[in-house]
Amino acid sequence: MSGNRVAVVGAGMTKFVRRAQETAKELAWEATHLALESCDMTLDDIDAVIIGTAPDAFDAVHMKSEYLSDGCGGWGKPVIRGYVGGGTGVFAPIQGWYHVASGLFDTVLVVCEEKMSSCQPHPQGAFLTIFDHTTERPLEPNLLWIFALEMNAYMNRYGLDKRDIATVAVKNKRNAADHPAALLGDANITLEDILNTEVLAWPVQRGDVSPVTDGAVALVMSAEHVARRVTNKPVWVEGVGWTLDTAYWTNRDLSYPVYVEEAARMAYKMAGITEPRQQIHIAEPYDPFDYKELHHLEGLMLFDKGEAPRAAADGVTQRDGDLPVCPSGGLLGVGNPIAAAGLMKVAEIFWQLRGEAGARQVPGSPKRGLAQAWGDLMQVGTVIVMGV
Amino acid sequence: MIREVAIVGVGWSGFRPITPDLSYKELMYEAAVQAYEEAGIDPRRDVDSFVTVAEDYNEGTSIFDEYVPDQLGALHRPVQTISGEGIHGLAAAVMQILTGQFDVVVVEGHSKASNILTLPYILAFAFDPVFNRPLAVHPYYVAGMEMLRYQVESGTSHYECACVAAKNRNNALLNPLAGYGAAISAADVMASEPVAEPLTRLECAGHSDGCITLVLAAGETARALTDTPVWVRGIGWANDTPWLESRPWGEARYAQAAAEMVYRTAGIKSPRAEIDFAEIDDTFAYKELQHLEALNLCPPGAAGEWTAAGGTEIGGEFPVNPSGGALGQGHLLDATGLARVLEVVLQLRGQAGQRQIETAEVGLAFGWRGVPTTGGAAVILSN
Repeated sequence: MSGNRVAVVGAGMTKFVRRAQETAKELAWEATHLALESCDMTLDDIDAVIIGTAPDAFDAVHMKSEYLSDGCGGWGKPVIRGYVGGGTGVFAPIQGWYHVASGLFDTVLVVCEEKMSSCQPHPQGAFLTIFDHTTERPLEPNLLWIFALEMNAYMNRYGLDKRDIATVAVKNKRNAADHPAALLGDANITLEDILNTEVLAWPVQRGDVSPVTDGAVALVMSAEHVARRVTNKPVWVEGVGWTLDTAYWTNRDLSYPVYVEEAARMAYKMAGITEPRQQIHIAEPYDPFDYKELHHLEGLMLFDKGEAPRAAADGVTQRDGDLPVCPSGGLLGVGNPIAAAGLMKVAEIFWQLRGEAGARQVPGSPKRGLAQAWGDLMQVGTVIVMGV
Repeated sequence: MIREVAIVGVGWSGFRPITPDLSYKELMYEAAVQAYEEAGIDPRRDVDSFVTVAEDYNEGTSIFDEYVPDQLGALHRPVQTISGEGIHGLAAAVMQILTGQFDVVVVEGHSKASNILTLPYILAFAFDPVFNRPLAVHPYYVAGMEMLRYQVESGTSHYECACVAAKNRNNALLNPLAGYGAAISAADVMASEPVAEPLTRLECAGHSDGCITLVLAAGETARALTDTPVWVRGIGWANDTPWLESRPWGEARYAQAAAEMVYRTAGIKSPRAEIDFAEIDDTFAYKELQHLEALNLCPPGAAGEWTAAGGTEIGGEFPVNPSGGALGQGHLLDATGLARVLEVVLQLRGQAGQRQIETAEVGLAFGWRGVPTTGGAAVILSN
């Protein structure tokens, strides 16, 4: 990679909860404070702030990054908010990368915050406003419906059964039992438990879906000369990628996320990765629904099309498997405060590569990992590859 | 900056108070095609990344970035939205090029303000939901209070503020892209009805629909694409406190901080001597004066007198908002700063027609996110 080399040097996160008592600013500051503390920095060391947060409609605050700015440590500093829907959580550190790689800044804070519980009675009401105002909104669609369509397309294409997919939910909720910040960790959950949850929009059942969550995550990212001074375990950003597909999602083949493949190809090229299955040791693909983890693993070219469910059933993606996937517990287990959930995945790769993941630590000292998020109308892929 | 960056193509559409004949997608398409043609590029082949600028509430659609790629020719390419001022979007594009990973990046910002039936109510959602929003007053009261404080601290008269509105509306008469041109005087401005005293109606920018698209390229690519690249010399942006309760009402501290960064990155020591003209946020007339002082383009408290004496007119010693500014062109919501940038580009290329400035070699554009925010961004361009 040209430009300055960039490392993640610190990370922090709040507990992920169903309904936080803190304001959005307070959640953001808690994560920011923890991230700064983790690398012995203060706001005086921070040159710029990148904020990630998903729809303003959740907490009904217009120009939400302006409101959040001081909670994110942005007072008197350059503050910017990038936005790619659900892909934002992994895009925010990509923005952190280009801030530092541009040579304009030595150290930046990346803060992602989401408070979904403010949206009453349920954030699905806010999600109604993401649809096309002319062709779709009059149908009063629900986000779960379009993911049911996508899940169906995926299952039909490869002849999959619900049991092939629900294994992901079991794995991730069990993994999350070891995460101190998790909302839905459960060490004893079984496949039957998932399959017996209520149907929301067939084939999507409650157990297939990540929960509505409040939370915040923050990272500190530095240029090489700073990173080497502040830590002996910098985690380098090796490659980044992002792409956006058409807004006309109804015209696409929903069984394969081509936008994830394109984002992955961009990141792999930048990272010099030619054999992702050998060169990626640990993955945190986006898993707001259990089928999405499989879908995204295929888009990331870590498994052949239609083959991820078999690998999951064979234990390949378990924490002690050949390719540990979502060792954090993912969105299904830790929770899904949209933008913060994506950044949680990047923080997990950071902790795993430094050997600081505690009970969640995967064996074998992984050297390179990736995090990926997805968003908009099944449309955007964001990928970051990091290594030590 | 570690790499040269230039603007090699510009396109625009609209700049009219209403555009019932065009959807926001059509506004974007028109501006994009014009910019691509000017730069001689095919977006599907030659553009490495796209940056668009939008806020969900202004669009009436959540996760608005869903709806940008098709009309920009950006399918299956890196596309991101900046929820910020247009010049924040420009900053994101500049940073991407500086990394060395991207050679050509497109920036887009637009306004379809005429679609918003209740703009003040939408703006009110930007207030702190606990402490300020329950007061339920028109958001412009923040501007009225700030103007009053600015006048007291700087010794600026209401007449001097009104001169800004008169100058910019008159400049707009020379600009085919401006919908609010009018031959009015400072007395007319002061005589218009109060919005939030002392602020009057003619001191507040009306709104316009429109779109601006810029094509940016790295040094060698820029030279290959055009004979008239407009170079990005420096970029800077900053936020002050979001709290109404703890901000300095008399001065624009966010603009001071953005200025410090833009001058540092551009290597500018004495801005007034090294810059020939500026396009500066004038969402409210007094803001142009407050911003001029914060940007260190004149001494504190001197902007009003300077303006009243004609120093910032098109033929003056330091032209400010020759385009007519937001007061003359209409406020373009998130794209307003890009309208300032567009005028700087046209002036530097000598394409500003009747409003062309004689000596235009280095220009500054500054954008502010509007009430109740304290976010600002600046860029310095040269030919």
